[in-house]
Amino acid sequence: MSLNAVIAANRFGLGARPGELAQIARDPKAWLLSQVGQSQSTNIRSDGLLSSAQAFEALQSYQEARAAQRRTEASPSPAVNVDERVRLADLVGQTTGREIEARIQHAVTTQAPFAERWVQFWSNHFTMAVRNLQTTPFPGSFEREAIRPHVWGRFEDLLVKADTHVGMLIYLDQAQSIGPNSQAAQTQQGRRRAAGLNENLAREILELHTLGADGGYSQADVTEFARALTGWTVAGPRLRRLAQGSRVGTTIFVSELHEPGSRTILGKNFPAAGERQALDILAHLARQPSVAKRIAFKVAQHFVADDPPPALVARLETSFRQSSGDLSQLAKTLIQSPEAWAPETRKFKTPNDFLISTMRASGAKTTSTQALRATFEQLGQTPWRAPSPKGWADVASEWAAPDAILKRIDWANLAADVIGETFQPIAFAESALGPALTDKTRTSISRAQTARQGIVLALMSPEFQRR
Amino acid sequence: MTNRRTLLTASLSGLSLAMLGGTASFAQAATTSGKFVFIILRGAMDGLTAVVPYGDPNYRSFRGAIALDGPGGPNGTLPLVDGFGLHPALKEMHGLWQKGQMSFMHAAASPYRERSHFDAQDLLEAGTAQLTSARSGWLNRALALLPNGPSQEGVAIGRTIPLVLRGPAKATSWAPPLAPKSDGDTLARLSDLYAGDAMLSNALAMAIETDEIADGGTMLSGNAGRGRQGTFAPLASAAARILAAPGGPAGAVLSFEGWDTHANQGGAQGQLANRLEALDTAVKALQEGLGPVWANTTVVIATEFGRTVRINGTGGTDHGTGGVSFLLGGAVKGGKMLGDWPGLSRLYEDRDLVPANDVRQLFAQGLTNAWGLDRQAVLSRVFTT
Repeated sequence: MSLNAVIAANRFGLGARPGELAQIARDPKAWLLSQVGQSQSTNIRSDGLLSSAQAFEALQSYQEARAAQRRTEASPSPAVNVDERVRLADLVGQTTGREIEARIQHAVTTQAPFAERWVQFWSNHFTMAVRNLQTTPFPGSFEREAIRPHVWGRFEDLLVKADTHVGMLIYLDQAQSIGPNSQAAQTQQGRRRAAGLNENLAREILELHTLGADGGYSQADVTEFARALTGWTVAGPRLRRLAQGSRVGTTIFVSELHEPGSRTILGKNFPAAGERQALDILAHLARQPSVAKRIAFKVAQHFVADDPPPALVARLETSFRQSSGDLSQLAKTLIQSPEAWAPETRKFKTPNDFLISTMRASGAKTTSTQALRATFEQLGQTPWRAPSPKGWADVASEWAAPDAILKRIDWANLAADVIGETFQPIAFAESALGPALTDKTRTSISRAQTARQGIVLALMSPEFQRR
Repeated sequence: MTNRRTLLTASLSGLSLAMLGGTASFAQAATTSGKFVFIILRGAMDGLTAVVPYGDPNYRSFRGAIALDGPGGPNGTLPLVDGFGLHPALKEMHGLWQKGQMSFMHAAASPYRERSHFDAQDLLEAGTAQLTSARSGWLNRALALLPNGPSQEGVAIGRTIPLVLRGPAKATSWAPPLAPKSDGDTLARLSDLYAGDAMLSNALAMAIETDEIADGGTMLSGNAGRGRQGTFAPLASAAARILAAPGGPAGAVLSFEGWDTHANQGGAQGQLANRLEALDTAVKALQEGLGPVWANTTVVIATEFGRTVRINGTGGTDHGTGGVSFLLGGAVKGGKMLGDWPGLSRLYEDRDLVPANDVRQLFAQGLTNAWGLDRQAVLSRVFTT
């Protein structure tokens, strides 16, 4: 078996399931290429997942019940249904739990693990994380609705879908942003609400989703963009009149909230066009050379090395530019790049990928979410809990802190008990690592005092921790 | 016990247990009122340090700096039968010996003759003549011979059920609520594995240092923190509590890890002495926890294989063959050395204590003793070939 099979499984994918390496070995590149552009492999099928609109409604019901209970506590008169409030809280909480379960389950069992890596890369690029009660139920539906269906299309479309999704509009405060000179702000009600501009989404689109912090934009560009974005919001109870029959919990453009006038961003004028104005700006941003450069660097850094080879970055950049941001083309270019197949393992797995690859290697078919969520949390990477809109770090120095290594070892110790029930240690290491298993590690495993220790050594070996 | 010569020949030739003869016991009604505890010392305990053949003329020259003396001296062992002494850290166990509640079998081994810990542990637990794909253990098969009832059950102290307790009979497991940290030995092995990977080796070294300070030192030498010794006695207490409960299981299995002393093994004091002391404390905890039930209890302590007779260049010993096993408990009529002593004048493969005695004989004796099972039934139906 060639080393390329292992590279395809580990560096491009989420680690081999038992028997998978042999299957990949027939043609590692073809195996990866076959996953590109396949929308069915990026979609999650699972019962009981709520759409973002349903999640929004559940959250609204909960908040109303809570407010009703508070009023009753203040002046206890008619009985309030506490059970109902608890039920609604559970509903919101379970939304997140089911989403996490479905995501892990998919990653552990998918036969298109490169496609899943590609999804998770873009999901992290457009981070929508749980930050407070208002954001709790949305990251799962955000990923399923805004990211998964669009990762093989054009960057510009993905950008629009992600940044106009309900989850993102709430997460980056766009839902509250109102043009200071908009029709709504001129009304008495608008003035009472102290209606104003919120620059958060505009700033993060420029800094994180497109140009990058050093992408050559100014504060004036941020403010102009924020003005252009006004009107993009979520149909909710407060906008009942303006939403004019749109379904609650969906993205809408409300022209009454939109700041009138033309905008100038990066020296280019965008004439007054209501809803189109922000979309035109997004399209313009997506075509900037700094975006191609930045995306190329991030993809190379994610898959190949913390400090990626310049030749690889240049090739990805060219691919992005020449294809007008065709993400399938970008993935294919990555797969065809010789630098991505270098035998040196230069990436250190994130906690998420360490856990997923361990479960894949163990042959797990189902996962126990409760225990797993605690594990992801202990190892420092709870799904959709990235600490900021910047998302999870993608370099080893952020993940290989001494305490973090020890936590991995401690968890490996637990996992090894379970794995040891079906695997002998050497057989496990061979199944997961194939020809990448070094003699040194093999010897160390064979000398272990117990089968559990042998499996811990396999899981914590440099060749399993790196890719 | 069996005819020594037959046993020796049979073991060396790998013949099946059925050939070993063995004294037929009187047919008795099997009972679940007796308790059977199996303690597995994973990592291969050095039998020549646990039970020292100080009377053997070759012992001192092989063991050099880590040799122990006969009873009396400063490195003196505790007296067993003539020529054999118990390691001084095994005080409680010596007390049982003196009360006639302990026997030992030296030069004991399963039929396994290779040097992999986990294959050896598998065979020790399977109780078969060779490794097979069948996945049941001898303790479970013995439980299946007991009358039906709530006590016809085995409990494993740990997060999973080890092979010895897997099979058709009911088996359960109990683990302490807090998951144990990975042990110092595993961390030391990972440190070796990370040589050449600067990032991982630096991170691990720093983590070990921090953890050591937090735990008050001696992490890798093994007295605190991630050393495992401290964890033996609480596990034994837990086993005792579960066994002694009304309708509690008839059998229990415990695993004590960390016996793989390739370097700086020590003699009367040191790394291995610390482990032995922890084992001794666990035996005491078991006895105390069982209270009156101790009188009906049979305990077998065994390890997957022995260690080399010569010490190596780093003050330790490597994987060997013949080792030592113990049979003890309130229900044991002990005070005996079981099996044959092959001596140290001729070594197995010129390095190991000759595996003169099949450890399964000791297991069978323990099961017979604990549950009044018919010895022939045990030999033919539990220790199948």
